[in-house]
Amino acid sequence: MSDPIIKTEDLHFSYPAEDKPKVVLDGVDLSIEAGSFVAILGHNGSGKSTLAKHMNAILLPSGGKMYVSGMDTANEANLLNIRRTVGMVFQNPDNQIVANVVEEDCAFGPENLGVPPDEIRRRVDQALKSVGMYEYREHAPHLLSGGQKQRIAIAGVLAMRPRCVVLDEPTAMLDPIGRKEVMETIQKLNAENGVTVILITHHMDEAAQAGRLVVMSKGTIIADGPPREVFQHVEELRAVGLTVPETVSLLWELRQEGLDVPLDALSDEECTQVLFHLLKAGTPAV
Amino acid sequence: MALKDITLGQYFPGNTILHRLDPRAKILLVVFYIVALFLAKNAFGYLLLAAFLTAAVLISKVGFKAVIRGMRPIVFIVIFTGVLNLLYTTGAGEPLVSIGFVRIYREGIRTAIFMVLRIMLLISCTFMLTYTTSPIRLTDGLESLLGPLKKLHVPIHELAMMMSIALRFIPTLIEETDKIMSAQRARGADFDSGGLIDRAKALIPLLVPLFISAFRRADELAVAMECRCYHGGEGRTKLMQLKYALPDYGAIVLGAGLCAAVLLLNRFGTL
Amino acid sequence: MEPIIQTEKLCHIYSSGTPFQHAALTDVDFTAYKGEYLGIIGHTGSGKSTLIQHLNGLLKPTSGRVLVDGRDIWESKEATRKARFQVGLVFQYPEYQLFEETVYKDISFGPKNMKLDEKEIDRRVREAAAFVGLPDSVLEVSPFELSGGQKRRVAIAGVIAMEPSVLILDEPTAGLDPVGVEQILGNIRDYHEAKNATILIVSHSMEEMARTVDRLVVINDGRIPFQGTPREVFTHGEELEAMGLGVPQMTRVFHRLKAMGADIDPSVYTIEQARESILAALRRKGAV
Repeated sequence: MSDPIIKTEDLHFSYPAEDKPKVVLDGVDLSIEAGSFVAILGHNGSGKSTLAKHMNAILLPSGGKMYVSGMDTANEANLLNIRRTVGMVFQNPDNQIVANVVEEDCAFGPENLGVPPDEIRRRVDQALKSVGMYEYREHAPHLLSGGQKQRIAIAGVLAMRPRCVVLDEPTAMLDPIGRKEVMETIQKLNAENGVTVILITHHMDEAAQAGRLVVMSKGTIIADGPPREVFQHVEELRAVGLTVPETVSLLWELRQEGLDVPLDALSDEECTQVLFHLLKAGTPAV
Repeated sequence: MALKDITLGQYFPGNTILHRLDPRAKILLVVFYIVALFLAKNAFGYLLLAAFLTAAVLISKVGFKAVIRGMRPIVFIVIFTGVLNLLYTTGAGEPLVSIGFVRIYREGIRTAIFMVLRIMLLISCTFMLTYTTSPIRLTDGLESLLGPLKKLHVPIHELAMMMSIALRFIPTLIEETDKIMSAQRARGADFDSGGLIDRAKALIPLLVPLFISAFRRADELAVAMECRCYHGGEGRTKLMQLKYALPDYGAIVLGAGLCAAVLLLNRFGTL
Repeated sequence: MEPIIQTEKLCHIYSSGTPFQHAALTDVDFTAYKGEYLGIIGHTGSGKSTLIQHLNGLLKPTSGRVLVDGRDIWESKEATRKARFQVGLVFQYPEYQLFEETVYKDISFGPKNMKLDEKEIDRRVREAAAFVGLPDSVLEVSPFELSGGQKRRVAIAGVIAMEPSVLILDEPTAGLDPVGVEQILGNIRDYHEAKNATILIVSHSMEEMARTVDRLVVINDGRIPFQGTPREVFTHGEELEAMGLGVPQMTRVFHRLKAMGADIDPSVYTIEQARESILAALRRKGAV
């Protein structure tokens, strides 16, 4: 299983335009292991959504290659197989729900795949249970909250039994409660079901929850590593229009004052520990 | 907020035998009912059909209020048809009323009453279908019944899919209309006063964003559907299987029986 | 301070007299003072959207009064119309309301509805565009050709051009990246300072609120449980958490620090304050 589920080789993409084509992806080399939780962070227009759309062949490379589980996305014969391997969840939950009953919507993917009715029923029930929406299976989606709708969209993808789920800014339109619901669902998906999760976001606190953080700017990858490592590059991130979690920001400010504090304390807990030792010792813990 | 209160033809969730009937059986029953309605030639036939509908309303627990409310938008058409038939039907005997060029015959009154009854029963029975059947099941039923037309290359699956998506997005678009209206009102737009032309003009700031939004939604939905492996009706299965049960056969037989009964009743004079 | 907007026992009941009836606002006494920068927080469905739509007369109270400059806005048709223009309201995702062929025409929609003369409209459109940082070259472009962030700024300019003395914005930064957020918040602050306008901003981000507002009003379940300066409001950490709101990250960290026994003032809500607080504590110990 050391085969990467997503692999790109010098991926280029540009939109055709009259005068000169608009370059969106400018040589992306990325390899994502099956079972991992990767966040892709970038400002608007950094190319992160375009990259995501290549992962299940909504867009095809203008140059270079994109492989999903070893399948070349440019080969049309692979299309259905790619799409059942990589599921997509989009920003606006309203525009990806097809049916006006929750369970009917959840069944849409498996129905398209020609799964037998009994098996669809099993998958739908299981998918709705794993996002905590089973009790709402007979409800009309338009009466639910944003977070609930987004969880239904996730269940709809899960019912197709994908190995990987790509979420393109799934929380951008949600309130804090909805964001929390969706982030917890994503975490659980990865930890319990072993689904590879690729989360596209510009929320630092969400990116911090991933196991690996890829930062994009101007169509290329400018940083890649565990969040606590990447977030130490405070100035570089700010230069490309991103911020860091407030905890890191504070520690960075203190460093500017000449205090020797570590920058890798992301969570409230870690940051509190660092500050506590700093205050207790009068000098920072090394 | 008036837009949100539209309930025309909206499904009333319930668990009566009428709700549980297979949608195909219900559609066939309604078709038989409509045929019977057009076959009926005398008061006995109409009485039977009206009694049948009354029973259906009682069984479904939808309530007469809902049925009457459904009638409201067509009041004008009903009255118009009634008056037209009243004035333009000529009979064999002497006119009952004759004022100027207005002549009302016995036959005119009879036709007017029957026409009005026919339209009202027609509308009520179709509303009973939509009141007791969820849109999805209704579309499934239609798709299945019209299935044979696929052999003639009629895109039945596509039409059914379009219909169910349209139904899914109606509440979303109504909500959106409300939102855009409020936003434009906040910029001083006035949708409620002025003459006809002013009002039509005032709709532009509402309609343009609404259309743009609808297209954007359609675009995003198409991509989302493709991502979920939608590739037309071929090789598609269904979560909800339609299966005829005993009551469904009963309903179809009942429908056919209704037509036969009306034909029989037609023999008892033309009153 | 002089109040500019007041509500007295404001109640609003949706779908009154039907089975769907529910009270969105109950006896709300709300005040906004002249020239203040006010934040309104509450989760979805708390009634905050219903409240702000009352302040410019888009919704009519079921009972209670709304006063703008001391005058009941439902007293006469003319008073309602005046309130509509005096209190500008920018809805959530305002870019979806753009409809004109050019940015210029779209921004002028509000001023035109105010029946201003050509010259005044022109002045206002250009000034509003400048407030949101749109260059003159953009004015003749179709708004639909712009980027998402630019579209939103056009929509905000459309309300600013009406030169409201109170500007209400419902989640103006939703869905934007950090650069976009800073840009919009800067635009709003510019308008606030240049026109001495009252700003009411609705947001879900406690960190953003902590950095920008003078005063916070919390709405929960159609009522105002508490209000005050961010420092005061953020002392209600647990209650805010229970309402699905929470407090800024810095406040959480400093409360933990205090709980661990550190000698520090926990009423901190921005990074700036946090830094000062730590440095002051170290200074006291003579460490710095």
